[in-house]
Amino acid sequence: MSETTIARLDVLKTYKLYVGGKFPRSESGRVYEVTDSKGEWLANAPLGTRKDARDAVLAARAAVKGWAGTTAYNRGQVLYRVAEMLQGRREQFAAEVALSEGIGPKKAAALVDTAIDRWVWYAGWTDKVAQIAGGANPVAGPYFNLSTPEPTGVVGIVAPQAGYGHSLLGLVSVVAPAIATGNTVVVAAAADAPLPALSLGEVLATSDVPGGVVNLISGRTADIAPTLASHQDVNAVDLTGAIADEGPGAAAALEALAADTLKRVIRPELDPFAQDWTNAPGTDRLLSFLETKTVWHPMGI
Amino acid sequence: MAKNTKKTAAPAAAQAAAAAPAAQAVKPAGLFGYAPAPESPAAAGDIATSYGHFIGGEFVDSSGSEALKTVNPATEQVLAEFAQGTDEDVDRAVAAARRAFTDWSALPGSERAKYLFRIARIVQERSRELAVLESMDNGKPIRETRDFDIPTVAAWFFYYAGWADKLDYAGFGPNPKPLGVAGQVIPWNFPLMMLAWKIAPALATGNTVVLKPAETTPLTALRFAEICRQAGLPKGVVNIVTGDGRTGAALTAHPDVNKVAFTGSTPVGRAIARQLAGSRKKLSLELGGKAANIVFDDAPIDQAVEGIVNGIFFNQGHVCCAGSRLLVQESIQDELLDALKHRMATLRVGDPLDKNTDIGAINSAAQLARITELTDAGEAEGADRWSPECELPGTGFWFKPTIFTGVSQAHRIAQEEIFGPVLSVLTFRTPAEAVEKANNTPFGLSAGVWTEKGSRILWTANRLKAGVVWANTFNKFDPTSPFGGYKESGYGREGGRHGLEAYLDV
Repeated sequence: MSETTIARLDVLKTYKLYVGGKFPRSESGRVYEVTDSKGEWLANAPLGTRKDARDAVLAARAAVKGWAGTTAYNRGQVLYRVAEMLQGRREQFAAEVALSEGIGPKKAAALVDTAIDRWVWYAGWTDKVAQIAGGANPVAGPYFNLSTPEPTGVVGIVAPQAGYGHSLLGLVSVVAPAIATGNTVVVAAAADAPLPALSLGEVLATSDVPGGVVNLISGRTADIAPTLASHQDVNAVDLTGAIADEGPGAAAALEALAADTLKRVIRPELDPFAQDWTNAPGTDRLLSFLETKTVWHPMGI
Repeated sequence: MAKNTKKTAAPAAAQAAAAAPAAQAVKPAGLFGYAPAPESPAAAGDIATSYGHFIGGEFVDSSGSEALKTVNPATEQVLAEFAQGTDEDVDRAVAAARRAFTDWSALPGSERAKYLFRIARIVQERSRELAVLESMDNGKPIRETRDFDIPTVAAWFFYYAGWADKLDYAGFGPNPKPLGVAGQVIPWNFPLMMLAWKIAPALATGNTVVLKPAETTPLTALRFAEICRQAGLPKGVVNIVTGDGRTGAALTAHPDVNKVAFTGSTPVGRAIARQLAGSRKKLSLELGGKAANIVFDDAPIDQAVEGIVNGIFFNQGHVCCAGSRLLVQESIQDELLDALKHRMATLRVGDPLDKNTDIGAINSAAQLARITELTDAGEAEGADRWSPECELPGTGFWFKPTIFTGVSQAHRIAQEEIFGPVLSVLTFRTPAEAVEKANNTPFGLSAGVWTEKGSRILWTANRLKAGVVWANTFNKFDPTSPFGGYKESGYGREGGRHGLEAYLDV
């Protein structure tokens, strides 16, 4: 920048939470500094609170009936639409991921591509999961008996806080399978690298995902995660990111909180830093938040 | 017979009484009465005066001196003493299971299968003995142990035997691995059947087990240990440690247990989940229920009445998935309740070993006290209580089949699991209201729907938050069919392909 020209000043983005399909400020009215891997200031992220988490659970609960009630075909279309919208903003996400995780632009772009592909992969699962997880049971008697998988309800997710590609690809890898099967989610984003998550909210808002199906909260995991784990109206918790944040004890404490309401729990890996989110996901997470309902009826004339 | 005839009304009079609108208690006797048809207690085989544990293929004494007694709930007679398992006993059993795990898990599935098939066959051969012993230890009628419990036990082993060499095709990825030592704690309502539900899939998948039966019903589990020996099952693959909740807690907490499976009450399940938090043990829970049995106005009334009776009075109501809340559409309430009361009047309560008995003894004094407390609360909170007239034996633990009408959703008897022959009747006007009320508990184990309209069955079943929905039937079980709950009724499924997942590293 020379002294004779006036540099154009960038218009910085004010990052906001994504709750109930809207972009509220945090209830606390506070923000925290997000820095890159070298400690340089990147942006301020909203400091989500326990109240924000509770509001998000309300929004997620309200969205369950509609989302679980859509046809599997429709949910697949909606997930694919997310991939389309993410593709359109590929460069922005590559930049955010590069800064968040301290990796080069090529690697970051590859991670974003994989995240896009992951939405596509799960989009194709929505109308197939019932066929691999359910079916007719050959009972010994004059009965027709069918097992069908159903969504568990509201899933609280502690997003990955570490591991290669955690900030966007890791987030997508835990959110997409949960909603593909008809659950709604409240996500505590990676505390140190929340920007890709908050931008993903903008993508979801302009996709066809109904408001409340995905709710994204940035802030201290230590505030948000226990609220999700203990909340009466949360049916399951994915503690994938719990271990990295506060040490293994945090995950155990959250699991103990979840026991009070007998929530279904995904435990974290023992070493989250070793987790490579580019690995093929498999069906584990898709099946984790499903219930099996078996319906019997007599046969005869 | 002559004595019976003397007491009787003519059949016509009995029918007239049956047709009376406010169903009177009808005592079936006389021409259509029943002569006693008792099964011989001797068929139960020798019952030792005291039992130790079954560890490493041997019956061994407990390291402690504390002994508990198991009584026949129908007579209050002590059947046997058995050991209160200590921490050291649990240690020994887990160590035996750990030692056995190496070879057992390495055994080809086709060979493991043969052991399970053998067990299934021996159970069938010894079914009469097991049925009588179960009936004496638990108090449930011989008709049910003979025709339901024991055949189901055999079926469960047969079904999972066939999975042992087909695990690669079960849908949990190629070459799924067993978890290791499974610690299993089971309840007293179906002592041997719950054992089969736990042990069959665990063994089929290559795990070894330490099982703790309930402290009021340990005898058939100990008899099962003999069956393991007859089948030539390698030592330590199945270990049985008896005792009360302390033994169970020591087992679930044991650091060398890799998998915990529990069936029982929701509070205990919650405590176990809390205890296991932060451990890497896999956990499956089958907990309480408060099932709604929904009867629509177009339901086939006679079948519905049979289903309601089966739903709540089967096994004295000691069934986690019992249809304990009857939701009846308001327009048919009177008709249905009259028919139900009339049917209830024909239920025979009494000697569990009598083949004519429908309702046996309550399993323990403690359980009887709980049922009494909750039914007292039902009356205190304003619900109307009704039971058919029936004579209860002088000794033992008994409770008359009971229904409460005028029950509101706030009543304790509409919210809490009673685990006894007590039915709470609520009404609804619209299908939406039925679903709303049915789902209005923290439980989600089972539900029933009665209607002749297929689309209404599907609409309702789709909205019920329950792991099992019986449409135009109730309380049906099958080894091929997944069973388990939504919400606070626990997690995981038993039975079917789904039941394998709980014992595999997936």
